[in-house]
Amino acid sequence: MKVDKFSEEVIRAMIDDDHVRAHRARGLSPDRPAMRGTAQNPDVYFQARETVNSFYEAIPEIVQGQMDKMAGLVGRQYHLFDYVGAPDAERVVVLMGSGCETAEETINYLVERGEKVGMVKVRLYRPFSLEHFVAALPATTKIVGVLDRTKEPGSLGEPLYLDVMSCVSEHFANIGKVAPRVIGGRYGLSSKEFTPSMVKGVFDEMAKAAPKNHFTIGIIDDVTHTSLDYDLDFNIEPNNVVRAVFWGLGSDGTVGANKNSIKIIGEETDNYAQGYFVYDSKKAGARTISHLRFGPKPIHSTYLIQQANFIAVHQVNFLERYNVLDTAVDGTIFLLNSPFKADEVWDNLPRSIQETIIAKHIKFYMIDAHTVARELNLGARTNTIMQTCFFAISGVLPQEEAITQIKKAIYKSYGKRGEAVVRQNYAAVDATLANLHEIKVPSAATSKIELPPTVREDAPDFVQNITAKMMAGMGDFLPVSAMPIDGTYPTGTTQWEKRNLALEVPVWDTDLCIQCGKCVLVCPHAVIRSKMYDSGLLADAPDTFKHTEARWKGLQEQVYTLQVAVEDCTGCRLCVEVCPVKDKSNVSRKAINMEAQPPIREAESKNWDFFLKLPDIEAANAELQFNNVKNVQLLQPLFEFSGACAGCGETPYLKLLSQLFGDRAVIANATGCSSIYGGNLPTTPWSKNSAGRGPAWSNSLFEDNAEFGLGMRMTLDKQVLYARELVSRFRNEIGEELADGLLNANQSDSAAVEAQRQRVAELKAKVTSTDSAMKDLLSLADVLVRKNVWIVGGDGWAYDIGFGGLDHVLASGRNINIVVLDTEVYSNTGGQASKSTPIGAVAKFAMGGKATHKKDLGMIAMSYGNVYVAQVAMGANDAQVVKAFIEAEAHDGPSIIIAYSHCIAHGIDMAKGLTQQRLAVETGHWLLYRYNPSLRIESKNPLQLDCKAPKLPLRDYLYNENRYRMLVQSNPEAAAAFLIQAQDGVKAHWHKYEQLAAQDS
Amino acid sequence: MNLTTNYMGLTLKNPIVPSASPLSENVDNICRMEDAGAAAVVIYSLFEEQIMWQSQQLDHYLSYGTNSFAEALNYFPEMDTFKIGPEGYLELIHKAKMVTEIPIIGSLNGVSTGGWIDYAKKIEQAGADALELNIYYIPTDIHMSGTEVEQMYLNVVRDVKQSISIPIAVKVSPYFSATANMMHRLAEAGANGLVLFNRFYQPDFDLENLDVVPHLVLSNSSEMRLPLRWVAILYDKVAADFAITSGVHSHEDVIKGLMAGAKVTMLASELLRHGIPRIGEILAGMTDWMEQYEYQSVAQMQGSMSQKNVAEPAAFERANYMKVLHSWRPDPTGQLI
Repeated sequence: MKVDKFSEEVIRAMIDDDHVRAHRARGLSPDRPAMRGTAQNPDVYFQARETVNSFYEAIPEIVQGQMDKMAGLVGRQYHLFDYVGAPDAERVVVLMGSGCETAEETINYLVERGEKVGMVKVRLYRPFSLEHFVAALPATTKIVGVLDRTKEPGSLGEPLYLDVMSCVSEHFANIGKVAPRVIGGRYGLSSKEFTPSMVKGVFDEMAKAAPKNHFTIGIIDDVTHTSLDYDLDFNIEPNNVVRAVFWGLGSDGTVGANKNSIKIIGEETDNYAQGYFVYDSKKAGARTISHLRFGPKPIHSTYLIQQANFIAVHQVNFLERYNVLDTAVDGTIFLLNSPFKADEVWDNLPRSIQETIIAKHIKFYMIDAHTVARELNLGARTNTIMQTCFFAISGVLPQEEAITQIKKAIYKSYGKRGEAVVRQNYAAVDATLANLHEIKVPSAATSKIELPPTVREDAPDFVQNITAKMMAGMGDFLPVSAMPIDGTYPTGTTQWEKRNLALEVPVWDTDLCIQCGKCVLVCPHAVIRSKMYDSGLLADAPDTFKHTEARWKGLQEQVYTLQVAVEDCTGCRLCVEVCPVKDKSNVSRKAINMEAQPPIREAESKNWDFFLKLPDIEAANAELQFNNVKNVQLLQPLFEFSGACAGCGETPYLKLLSQLFGDRAVIANATGCSSIYGGNLPTTPWSKNSAGRGPAWSNSLFEDNAEFGLGMRMTLDKQVLYARELVSRFRNEIGEELADGLLNANQSDSAAVEAQRQRVAELKAKVTSTDSAMKDLLSLADVLVRKNVWIVGGDGWAYDIGFGGLDHVLASGRNINIVVLDTEVYSNTGGQASKSTPIGAVAKFAMGGKATHKKDLGMIAMSYGNVYVAQVAMGANDAQVVKAFIEAEAHDGPSIIIAYSHCIAHGIDMAKGLTQQRLAVETGHWLLYRYNPSLRIESKNPLQLDCKAPKLPLRDYLYNENRYRMLVQSNPEAAAAFLIQAQDGVKAHWHKYEQLAAQDS
Repeated sequence: MNLTTNYMGLTLKNPIVPSASPLSENVDNICRMEDAGAAAVVIYSLFEEQIMWQSQQLDHYLSYGTNSFAEALNYFPEMDTFKIGPEGYLELIHKAKMVTEIPIIGSLNGVSTGGWIDYAKKIEQAGADALELNIYYIPTDIHMSGTEVEQMYLNVVRDVKQSISIPIAVKVSPYFSATANMMHRLAEAGANGLVLFNRFYQPDFDLENLDVVPHLVLSNSSEMRLPLRWVAILYDKVAADFAITSGVHSHEDVIKGLMAGAKVTMLASELLRHGIPRIGEILAGMTDWMEQYEYQSVAQMQGSMSQKNVAEPAAFERANYMKVLHSWRPDPTGQLI
């Protein structure tokens, strides 16, 4: 980093006010009326389009003029095409954007070694100026390699390639000379690495007699063989650059500290600095890898560090999961945050790590940062401690100066947040050095700790061969042939990724538990499950497997187990908070209590495996009604171990959906948190039951997801129509009784759906597929079993960007179900205000507090009259949530459930998320109701309020949340005014609903 | 009739002072107190611990979940400033001084030595006429002796006294083994005033949820007996002005407090329960009473019924206690008489 910002004066000087005024004068104004956007007919449209030509022709010179003007002002000269490399280059690549930096670095290296290579950097892509391009291209060029960072399926080449190709061929035809050869290739899609070795690989290919055209670089294409080979070990990074790689967790503050280090070095020293941060796709326990470079010269390496001379691992369990020392060079400094003492740490390293440390002569340091942080009340945030360690041992700055600078940076970063925080971080800096130890490295590896396989041996082939490689960070090396050709992936893969995130996990107390199922219902990651089963099945149970008599009327002879998947738990504590039972002799104990995970991991993993083998209760079970929380706990979740935040408020609703209807659900999921934790590789949480059924899921965009789901419904409806027609047509072949059964089946609940499945199975067994129409019937038979379509998304989708489509779908009258996971803010993109954001809440784009009330989406939906609408909050009334889902699914028409979802973007203690939900209802911020159009048939008011009149002041709810409190702390007057408006709004809102619910039908 | 009193060198127009309570959280209420006749106002307490907690809480929630996920590197907008230090409190004192003519007394509860001194200085700079040290400390550590606890109090008073020049009062708890000696030592350490006594809010149990819950109970007149006794005993023995602050609800309570030897009587529960105008009513009741019994001045009655001045000094000691106990013996029907 050494960013030279343009001054205001320079920017001002670049703007010609005459042009600004001319632009203004062209604006629409009733004072000089004119119109634009006329609908043009074929007679004039063509000519009208051609009016632009002279402007496009003029643009290159104008842009060059502006570039020259800027050069006059700041001394930085750009051209439409800038050439770098050997003046007499024979092989020239053409590319644009950040890849040019890596290419230039490589070209300089190669030219120094006598290679005749170069590059044309494209500064103005279009209008593409032929004259300027050929002027930039050395006359000695024999071959041009055009690199595009995009893919145009079906095209003869990518856009830049086609432009360059046309340009070269036109120009050389015009001047009557032989044109250099032009080839094109693709690189770096979706930020795929683009390294010097890849650049060299392209140049090497260009040197061949018959170079490959339409190539790819950076992947292994073993299907259409487009990829070029390249030397992975080719390294050109200069030795005077500090190359540091930090492995951390999002929650430990590693990235924040590294950003500070970059600022310190970039701003306070003569060194240049660069940082790039790689995040995984999980929200809970997210891994971060920071790549930092510092050096005396500007840094042009726009690729990840391949040869690190400093490696820090801030979480010791990474040693078992990733090859963290892979990039270490000989003599690298290795810093480990480890819970072990200095004299124990070596023996607790995996053997392969020990071997690498010895082989590469690595200097090994350790600190127990978590203990230091705990002693200083810093919680899990070890950032300042690890940052201090880095400066202490990396030698980037003299130690004393480094400490001064770190403290300055702390003040800059945290000063606004109050002295206490600053003091706490200063204390962390001061306490660090005494706890930092250099470990003497023995001459031989002695550890017996071997790295466990990424996934268990019993994982399916796809998971073993593909998913596991992505999990291990080796996805770059998966060839094209390993990829599903149409993006279709198997579901249920999160079960193979044991992340062991939680230091503490819930442990069941069999004696205290009343088997209410609340913990099972709220667990955001589906790690707490219960089963009721025959005691005879316990014969092979592991010694520590817990069970007790079932507390179900009439089923007391059955056995009940509440089992925790300790390796999948995130330790969020929602379960403990929701547990209604307290030990009469010690009220701090509940029926589930948090206990340390490591000591029980092994035993509980075995218990979990045994638990999974116990039979699941079918939703079609005739003895139990699955319309209440207690019974629903027994249904297998088909949404498990997602990457959602610890304590997520959204996922319990999706899990419930999967328990109740997962075996027959098709889900259209709008982009947002739910599409990320629901569908981000490597592993995905939607899963299937023992019969192989489970939700089928696809993601679509904000702007069309509702229509996407409607399309699913219409497809199914059409298929059902055709299938029924065929059943009628083949009535004789099928048999009358079966045909009638298939056509007249009442599939209102799971038992009835199961009965229809049996009929379909009978149908498939009975008919043979000789006739074409009969083949159609067999291919469509499964749709005769009722499927339901669920359209899922957050408030950013439903209230805002996707609202038009949502409204269209609500108005369609079709049998679709919509779930709005309402966090009242765009959570996935970092807390931007949506139209669901309440008045007075601080969000991005509502920094001074949102000025308007939240949109009443439920009321809009109710206005159609035929739409089932429910507003729910699991923490306030879980029974109502279950009822709402069942009624919504049963409603033969559109339904919408608006579900209050507490969220990390509210700035709350996530463990108290359910308490906040309750307070949202008790203060009247969030009303619980169900609007069931079918009640009209019974001459009842369709609107039923499921909550009482607000009984607490709104502030009791609001000021537990940072989104409201930070306004109190930054602008108390505005906060006070908003509070009054919000409280008035609550009152008016309640009265409106109260009146509507009180009306006679 | 002369109602003036001198409290820690401040001349007050009467002996009625609202004590620290949420009522003084805004300047309008402070004006209303002055209008109702309050002679001075003790502003609500600035808690160092709360400032620290707010700072840590803000930091926690602004940092929580950040830099973990590429699309959401943080969840809140960057604010220019936060008013989470003592600024709001100091501003209130400053404003109160601007719009009232009565003395404004700051109140401070510190945690660290640095905090006590730093905030005391800031309160002085904001314009407070005096500072009340609200030493709210529950010695739960079984290894901490009474001597250590007492020394901690004395150190705070000494440190603050050395740092500021406005008068300081110490609001103390009644839980000292040797109350008289402790009051004396506090005065020696620099306390100009002693405010008797701090009411610690005692937690309650919620039997429905088996939770420990905060439960604010407002005082009643009977609670005044304890400070009344101690002020009466210590009057003229300890070199500090006394204020009585528990259970003052009526003009009779005020008069009793003065007669025991208090320079001022402070009230909060009564105002929280019945509103700020109660100050005027109590003041009127007091003047009526003084007229009726022909008292010329407050000074005349101050200490008039202190242990030093009563005919039976022993009445404040053990004999009195025995007498009270005996007064509760049951009658033959089992009823208390």
